[in-house]
Amino acid sequence: MTSVQSHLSASFAAHLADAQVAVEIETPEMTLNIGPQHPSTHGVFRLIAKVDGERVTEVEPVLGYMHRGYEKLCEVRTYAQVTALVNRLDWLSGYCNEIPFILSAEKLMGIEAPPRVQYIRTILSELARQATFLVFLGSFGIELGALTPFFHTMRDREKVLDLLESVTGGRFHPNFNRVGGILDDLPPGFVEECAAVMDDVDKMCDQVDALLFGNDIFRERTLGVGVIPLDKGLEYGVSGANIRASGCAADVRRDEPYLVYDEVDFDVVTDTRGDAFARAYCRLQETRESTRIVRQCLKALPSGPIMAKVPKVIQVPPGEVYVRAENPLGEMGYYLVSRGGRIPYRVKVRTASFNNVSVLPWLLEGVFMPDLIAILGSLYFILGDVDR
Amino acid sequence: MAAAEPKTVEKTTTRGGPKKPSQIKGLFEGLWVTLRALTSRSQVVQYPHVKEEPHQRARGVIGLLEENCTVCMLCARECPDWCIYIEGHKERREPRREGGKPRTVQVLDRFDIDFALCMYCGICVEVCPFDALHWSPEYEYSELEIRDLIHDKDRLGYWDTTKPPAPRLGYYKAAK
Amino acid sequence: MNWWAFVLRLLVIAALIPAAAYVLGYTFLKVLAHMQYRLGPMEAGRFHGVGQLLADGLKFLQKEDLVPDKADRPVFLFAPAVVLVGVVLVFMTIPFGPPPLNIVNLDSQLFVMLAASSLGTIGVLMAGWSSANKYSMMGGFRAAGQLLAYELPLILAAVGVVMQAGTLNLDGIVEAQSQFHLFGTAIPIPYVIPQIIGFVVFVIASQAELSQAPFDMPFAESELVAGFTTEYSGFRYLFFFLAEFASNFAFAAIGATLFLGGYWVPLVPEKALWIVGPIALAVKIGVLVFIFFWMRSTYPRLREDQLQRFAWKWLIPIALVNIGLTGVLKVVA
Repeated sequence: MTSVQSHLSASFAAHLADAQVAVEIETPEMTLNIGPQHPSTHGVFRLIAKVDGERVTEVEPVLGYMHRGYEKLCEVRTYAQVTALVNRLDWLSGYCNEIPFILSAEKLMGIEAPPRVQYIRTILSELARQATFLVFLGSFGIELGALTPFFHTMRDREKVLDLLESVTGGRFHPNFNRVGGILDDLPPGFVEECAAVMDDVDKMCDQVDALLFGNDIFRERTLGVGVIPLDKGLEYGVSGANIRASGCAADVRRDEPYLVYDEVDFDVVTDTRGDAFARAYCRLQETRESTRIVRQCLKALPSGPIMAKVPKVIQVPPGEVYVRAENPLGEMGYYLVSRGGRIPYRVKVRTASFNNVSVLPWLLEGVFMPDLIAILGSLYFILGDVDR
Repeated sequence: MAAAEPKTVEKTTTRGGPKKPSQIKGLFEGLWVTLRALTSRSQVVQYPHVKEEPHQRARGVIGLLEENCTVCMLCARECPDWCIYIEGHKERREPRREGGKPRTVQVLDRFDIDFALCMYCGICVEVCPFDALHWSPEYEYSELEIRDLIHDKDRLGYWDTTKPPAPRLGYYKAAK
Repeated sequence: MNWWAFVLRLLVIAALIPAAAYVLGYTFLKVLAHMQYRLGPMEAGRFHGVGQLLADGLKFLQKEDLVPDKADRPVFLFAPAVVLVGVVLVFMTIPFGPPPLNIVNLDSQLFVMLAASSLGTIGVLMAGWSSANKYSMMGGFRAAGQLLAYELPLILAAVGVVMQAGTLNLDGIVEAQSQFHLFGTAIPIPYVIPQIIGFVVFVIASQAELSQAPFDMPFAESELVAGFTTEYSGFRYLFFFLAEFASNFAFAAIGATLFLGGYWVPLVPEKALWIVGPIALAVKIGVLVFIFFWMRSTYPRLREDQLQRFAWKWLIPIALVNIGLTGVLKVVA
C-alpha cells in the first residue's frame, strides 16, 4: 500500500511539469493573460482572455494601469499649466488635445482668437492628425506581421513632426496654445516646406495603399473581421473613424464646425462594412483629406495678430461649458466648470479611446487569436487616452 | 465662428468589397514598393557621426542668464510639476550715486532645474519677467544616474550660451 | 569512400553551417533594412556592420541559460539540438559540385534530403511543448500544423522534377538538367522553365517551412511574443537562430539544385565545373534567398486557418496537377 503511494508520489514529483501542462490543456478553457506587457497592446493594457485553442471565448479588458489622475490634477493647475498637461492624454496627437480645452476656456471668457490664429491652429491640428494616422498605418501593418510599412510611414511622419517642431518647438507635446491665441507665429519658409511635405504624405498614402490595402493577404486578414454594426457602435459610443467605417457620417468638424473647418472643403469619409479593413481604409482616406485641408488653409492663411486682447492673468468667469472636437482617435470633449479665478473648478475629459475600448468585450467574443490582434490594432486606441 | 453652410460632403470608400475577386496583382504591387525602397537612398542619419541640426525653436534644454535673475520665484511658482528649486538671499550694496541710499539686491544662491521631472512645457521661460531663462536646442545631456539630471546654475549658465542667436522676437531665421 | 575523407567533409559541413547562417543573417539584416529606407547595422566590424552578428552571437553566449521551473527539463534542453541536427543532415545531402564535392551520394538522395528537412519539426514541437508557457505551446502547435501541411506541397513539387529527370539522385537531376533541351533549344535549360508551376509551389512551400512571413505564425511576435522560442535564452536561442538561417540556406540549395540546375552552368566545360560549380551554386542560392527575404520583408502574415486552407485547397491540388502535366508531357515527348 505504502509502496504504491510512494511510487505514485515519486512519479508525480518527477512529472510535475508534465502534469501541469497536461492539466492546462485538458481544461476546456485556457486563461491567457494578454498584457499588461504585451507587444501588441501599445502600452499597459491587459486583456484577460479565455481561449479554447485559437478561439477566444471571453475577454475582459482591464484598464487603469496608466491612470495618472489628470482630471484631478487639472483642478490645481492654472489654465496655462493645464494646456501642458492635456498634451499627454493622447500622446500621439498632443496638439489636438489642446484645442478643445483652449476653446472651452475662450468660450467661457467670451474671447475669440484672431483669424490667423484659427488658421494656424487648424493647420497644426491637421498635421498632428496626419502624424497619428501615419503611425496607425504603420503599426497596423506590424500587428498583421508586416514590418516594412511601419518604417515607410515613420519616415514621412518624421517630416510632419519636423514641421510641428519648427513651429511649436516640441515634437509631441507642443503646448503652443494660449487662451486667446498662440505662442508664436509661423517661422519663415513654413508655408513652402509644409506644402512639400503634404505632397510627400500623399505619396506615402499611395505607397501604403499599394503595400497593404491592395495586398491579398492583408485583405484576407481584415475584410469581415471585427465587424461593428452601426447600432452596436452607437450604443457603445464609438466615435471617430471607427464609427464612420460602420456607416455613420459623424464628424464634429462638419457637424459643429470649430476653428475654420466650415471654411475649408473636405469629405467625411465613411464606409458601410464596419470591419477592420474599413476602419483602416477610412483612416488612410482621412489622411488624404487632411492634406487637402492643410493645402487650403495654407492658401487662405490671413495675416494679422496672433493673440487676442486678453488680461495678463487669465481668470475665467464662473460658468460651465462643453466643447468637443474631432481628434484623430475620435471625438474628444472637455466639460469645463469654472467658479472664477485662475484655476478650473472641474475638468471632465471625454476621450475617444475610452469609449472605443468599451466595445471590446462584445467585439472580441468568439474571434481567433490572430484576429484579436487585428481588431485591437484596427480600433486604434492610445493608452494615455484610455486611462487618462 | 459664424455657422456657415458646411461645404463638406460624405464620401464612401470604394476599395475592396468583400466579394471582390482576388487581386494577385496586389501582391506584386507590394513587392514593387519594397524593391523601389531597396534601390532608393536610405533616409536615416547615422547619429553619433552625423548630427541633425535641431530646429531653432526646439525645446531642448533651459538656459539661465544669471545676472538677469532677481530671485522673484515666478518660474518656480508657475512650473506645473515644481521642478525648479531656487534659493537666494538679500545683500546690501553700495549706493549707485554718491550720497544715495544703500540698495538691497537679491543674490541667487541656488537655481536647480530637475530635468528628470521637467516636462518641457516652457511656462517658466514664458513667465520670466526679466528674460533670465531661455530655450536652447541642445539635446545631448543624458546621464547614467537620475540625480545627475538636476542641473545647477553653472550648468544652466552654460546652456544659456548655446541658445540661438536671436531670442524670441516673433520671427526666427529659417529653421533649417 | 575513405573514413577520413568522410570526416573531413563532415568538418567542412560543420564549419559551413555557421558560415552560411552568418552570411545569410547579415544579408537579411541588410536587405530588410534597405527595404525600409534604413541602413541596418553599420557600426560593429568597421565595414558596414559586418561584425554585427558576431557581436550578437557573443552576447548570446554570455547570457544565462535559463530554464523555466516547470519546464520539462531534458526535452527543453534537447530541443534546439534536434532542430540543428535536422539542418546538418540536410547540409550533408547538398551536392556542392561534381561528385567528389558532395558528401554522400545515394540513389534516394532527394528522399533523404526532404526527410531530413522535416526533422526540425519535431524539435520545434519539443521546444513549444516543454517550455511550460502558453505562448510557446501555441507557437509549437502552430509550427507543427504548418510544417506538416506544407511538407506535402514541397514534396509534390519536387516529385515533378523527379519524374522529369527520372532519378532521385541529386547528381542525376543536375545532369538531367544539363542535357534538357526544351523544344530543341541550342543551350540546355534548367527545370525552372518546364516546371515553373512546381517552382512557384516550391518557393511558397519552403517559405512556409522556414516559418517566414507571410507564414510566420509560429513566431508571430504581435500575438505570441516569440512563439516556441519565448523561453529560450543564451546559446540555446543562438541554436534556433543558427538553424533559422542555415535552413534558409538549405532550402535555397534544394531549390537551386532541383530547379535552377544546381552547380551546373551552361557552356562551361565539365572540368571547369570543379571550380565554377560551387560558385554557381552559391549565386543561385543567393537569388533564391533574396526572393525569400524579399517576400519576408513585404508581406503581412496569414491567419492560421487561412494558411491551412491555402495549403490544402490551393498548393496541394496545384502541385498534383503539375505532376499530372509532367507525366503527360513526359509520355508525349
